[in-house]
Amino acid sequence: MYDTSDIRKGLKVLMDGNPYNVIEFQFVKPGKGAAFTRTKFKNLLTGAVVERNIRSGEKLEPANVETKDMQFLYKEGDGLVFMDQTSYEQVTIAQDLIGDAHDLMKDNMPCTVVFFNERPVDITLPTFVFLEVTASEPGVAGNTAAGNVTKAATVETGATVQVPLFIKVGETIKIDTRSHEYVERVNK
Amino acid sequence: MRGRVLAVDDRTAIVRCADVDVRVPDAPAAWQPGDLVDGDAVVRAFGAPYPPPGSEVARLPRARVEAIRARAAALTKVRAFFAERGFLEVETPLVVPSPGLEIHLDAVPAGDGYLITSPEYAMKRLLAAGFDKIVQVCKCFRANEHGPHHAGEFTMIEWYRAYADIEAIAADTEQLVHTVCGDHARVGERRISVVPPWQRISVRDAMQRWAGITVRGDEPAAELVAEIRRAGIAVAGDLAWDDAFFTAWLARVEPEIAALDHAILVEDWPVPLAALAREKPGDPATALRFEAYIGGLELANAFDELVDADVQRARFEAEQVARAERGRPVYPIDDKLLAALAEGLPPSSGIALGFDRLAMLATGVATIGEVLTFTTAER
Repeated sequence: MYDTSDIRKGLKVLMDGNPYNVIEFQFVKPGKGAAFTRTKFKNLLTGAVVERNIRSGEKLEPANVETKDMQFLYKEGDGLVFMDQTSYEQVTIAQDLIGDAHDLMKDNMPCTVVFFNERPVDITLPTFVFLEVTASEPGVAGNTAAGNVTKAATVETGATVQVPLFIKVGETIKIDTRSHEYVERVNK
Repeated sequence: MRGRVLAVDDRTAIVRCADVDVRVPDAPAAWQPGDLVDGDAVVRAFGAPYPPPGSEVARLPRARVEAIRARAAALTKVRAFFAERGFLEVETPLVVPSPGLEIHLDAVPAGDGYLITSPEYAMKRLLAAGFDKIVQVCKCFRANEHGPHHAGEFTMIEWYRAYADIEAIAADTEQLVHTVCGDHARVGERRISVVPPWQRISVRDAMQRWAGITVRGDEPAAELVAEIRRAGIAVAGDLAWDDAFFTAWLARVEPEIAALDHAILVEDWPVPLAALAREKPGDPATALRFEAYIGGLELANAFDELVDADVQRARFEAEQVARAERGRPVYPIDDKLLAALAEGLPPSSGIALGFDRLAMLATGVATIGEVLTFTTAER
């Protein structure tokens, strides 16, 4: 069991049968009252964030959560096939789990997969991926009214992102997997 | 003269040349820490000395240096404030045989006793000795308290008025904060009005309004727990009265108080949270105590002081039992304080105000460490 002094970002605990990840915590102590740790937890299954004040002395149950470094091999229907980089075991994970980032996944990409009771519950991609532009209209005067001079471009994995007008087919661009947004052009 | 590269961050290098460290912007890409370079050329080109090693304050970020200056200015105003009002500044021992018995405070052992968690016992003895308006600015120490609003070693302003009720202390508090902060205290970008008089709310009204919870003060803990659960707050069934109360307080009331754009005094605390306060005449479930809150910071706690030695002894003994039950160190009862109460403490009121937090409100910084010269980690 954990107590409040164990609370730190990334601690995985079980509450009401659900695995949670600590994302924020702060020591609080009302005058003449006990010390509490005001803690924000993210449900690893639903993504919902809850806040709880854990009183000093209260116990938290560890969640049976394991984080593994895995390599993305290839897509198979709606599934993503990964290989455990330690055991070389292969698992297929439904692509729904990573939401719309699945179209940024490139073969052999290293990822982090979180398992709860041996079931995959979360996949973290590298923050940035470098992908080649495979299709895009040549630069035309875009929507300048809002100050955003961009156009759509399709990259090698099939994702469509907004890029500046100067980006051409065949160039490599850096994309932030968290926001699905273009970051910069990469000279190769 | 040769220079030695101490550090390279991106392309900015720090080069030690004789006794000065020089910052070199856009240093050659090949420079690595440990390299020997032409120190004379470095000093000629970029001669403004970077703060030398050992001068830790000079290495502080500029904002921190400004906060420390603002803190000093605030302290000067505090001392002038009390001097103008005829208070006597006193100093009492920091190492004592009996630190406060308050159940949720742990003292730091020191020598043949403990470091004080607050100077209140000694200051009450001074009231009994005949001093009628006293103030102290001193360090206090509390074990296991570290957070954005807590430092294990911090500075308290504590003052007492004999022959005065808690209203006189409330007026002092409002005027003191107004004197130090001006019309508005700062919490980050927020401006919190501290123009007197401040809004008042009783603890019971606050719990009713913001949590939908009815608190009497004389109900058993299990009844309060049931009431808190009815309000939809998850709380364990076996909690002590005060722990149940604060679970609900932190979940629902404290965030509402923190969001107010003005200072507030939360008054009339239920008797289980009375500590060293007197009961309200005609209302034995309520204590004459207030807490001052500004923009989410709990700044000060005031009592109309308990002056009855027998009642005080009974509360100390109950606190010793409660500490033992919860597995916390049990400190000796301060018999000299009880003797002073027995001889006669005039009716008095007093308050403890966290000076570091006042400095935070004067500067707008987010964490207590930013108004300290050195944090615990930097000692």
